Amino acid sequence: MLDTKDILETIRMISDENLDVRTVTMGISLLDCADEDPRRACEKIYNKITTRAKNLVPVAEEISAAYGVPIVNKRISVTPIAMLLAGCKDPDPVEFAKTLDAAAKAVGVNFVGGFSALVQKGFSAGDRLLIESIPEALAQTDLVCSSINIGSTKAGINMDAVAMMGPIVRRAAEITAERNCIGPAKLVVFCNAPEDNPFMAGAFHGPGEPDCEIHVGVSGPGAVRAALAKQAEGMDLGQVAELVKRTAFKITRMGQLVGTLVSEKLGVPFGIVDLSLAPTPAQGDSVANVLEEMGLESCGCCGTTAALALLNDAVKKGGVMASNFVGGLSGAFIPVSEDAGMIAAAQCGSLSIEKLEAMTAVCSVGIDMVILPGDTPAEVISALIADEAAIGMVNSKTTAVRVIPAIGKEKGDILNFGGLLGWGPVMEINRFSPKKFISRGGRIPAPLQSLKN
Amino acid sequence: MKAVITVVGKDTVGILAKVAGVCAAANVNVEEVTQSILAGTFAMIMVVEISRCNVSFDQLQQQLAAAGEEKGVDVKVTRQELYDAMHHI
Repeated sequence: MLDTKDILETIRMISDENLDVRTVTMGISLLDCADEDPRRACEKIYNKITTRAKNLVPVAEEISAAYGVPIVNKRISVTPIAMLLAGCKDPDPVEFAKTLDAAAKAVGVNFVGGFSALVQKGFSAGDRLLIESIPEALAQTDLVCSSINIGSTKAGINMDAVAMMGPIVRRAAEITAERNCIGPAKLVVFCNAPEDNPFMAGAFHGPGEPDCEIHVGVSGPGAVRAALAKQAEGMDLGQVAELVKRTAFKITRMGQLVGTLVSEKLGVPFGIVDLSLAPTPAQGDSVANVLEEMGLESCGCCGTTAALALLNDAVKKGGVMASNFVGGLSGAFIPVSEDAGMIAAAQCGSLSIEKLEAMTAVCSVGIDMVILPGDTPAEVISALIADEAAIGMVNSKTTAVRVIPAIGKEKGDILNFGGLLGWGPVMEINRFSPKKFISRGGRIPAPLQSLKN
Repeated sequence: MKAVITVVGKDTVGILAKVAGVCAAANVNVEEVTQSILAGTFAMIMVVEISRCNVSFDQLQQQLAAAGEEKGVDVKVTRQELYDAMHHI
């Protein structure tokens, strides 16, 4: 039985509160495209992607229209390319990136993720080559996203890889300086990277996944904020959590429905729903605003970590009930440049990098889309990566770093990427040197999983 | 196959006739109509059967949206499963 109130609530959530399915992502395994001849491998990659994902965009658009649910992004994730480089004779990884870019453009998706390597315990053939080519690969392509997993709870942290990544992030910014340093905005450094993540820039299709599958990433901070604004007056925090849970349930059911329909129509198995609150720079579609709606003057003030812990947990509890298979990053995202409330908090001085780091201990995902001064030394970026990875490793959760050194800019300046990547102020970072610590290299051993305190 | 047509906006003469006219021309059967005034806004909801619809879903959406525009109201048509999924366990 349909209820008028329910129908109007759904319409309002979609038209006024920016409720949407943030991404439908097709995961495609490229393991069967491996070839000793790199040119031949690229040909196979192009053919497989353009065959498998041929109908992804039209089908997603058709379902979006029939159900009145906007599907903002259609994307592809592929097997970490380092695995294919491993078996090639003298490969140029940039050619692989260009192949992914061409295939993504041919099928009309807006990003392809998987220019990746998993090096949490060490480097195997192809890994170093891929990492070293990342700045060029990101500069010479438009739609390719890159991610590197440098640590895990079971393996510890590969500090040689951490030491490599600081200079790589800087270099990626330097060679795209005239394009608003867009390079590092497409590069994520992970600890405990999930293998079925549909969200960019960190999506890749793990080796344990099936040949092809559909993942869905839901969104909806605007809908959660609106529910709190309308109903949370006078509620205690237990009741606030319940309200968030109920709203998250509805948001996720929509994602589950859309994912099921897309996968049925394409004849591809349904992978997971990623239960995330993913903000956009649009006014009101902000995770920071949700926290402020709970009663904080400005995101970043004392109490922010506690409010975020409540939000993150309630989103998951509501979402798990609403979907068959849950995976990916699943949690509230706190990117700075993609969230109008975070941008405002960073600009007014309420939100610092140190506070963001604390917040990442209780939510998905990490120091994300943070704009650093252009002269930030590479070893400081490496050390920031190490700190984030340590939080992820010890707490058995995913953490990540996606920072953009704004070449030629300093604290208070603005860097604007446009579109979903947004814009933001350059944030100050502690400049005392971690150089000696980072240059030691080696591996931080995996932590104890008992005696937890 | 059922769909839900929602009409939201300022109440004027002939909205129901206009929307029902588009449905009739497209061979869409109107099964249920409810309307109410919520916080000063006119809201009408029609449950319709679209199995024998003689135009594509896309075209039906466009025709209804155009009819709504003429009357100054927002008309949307959505497959029913969305509401079932979001509001029922």
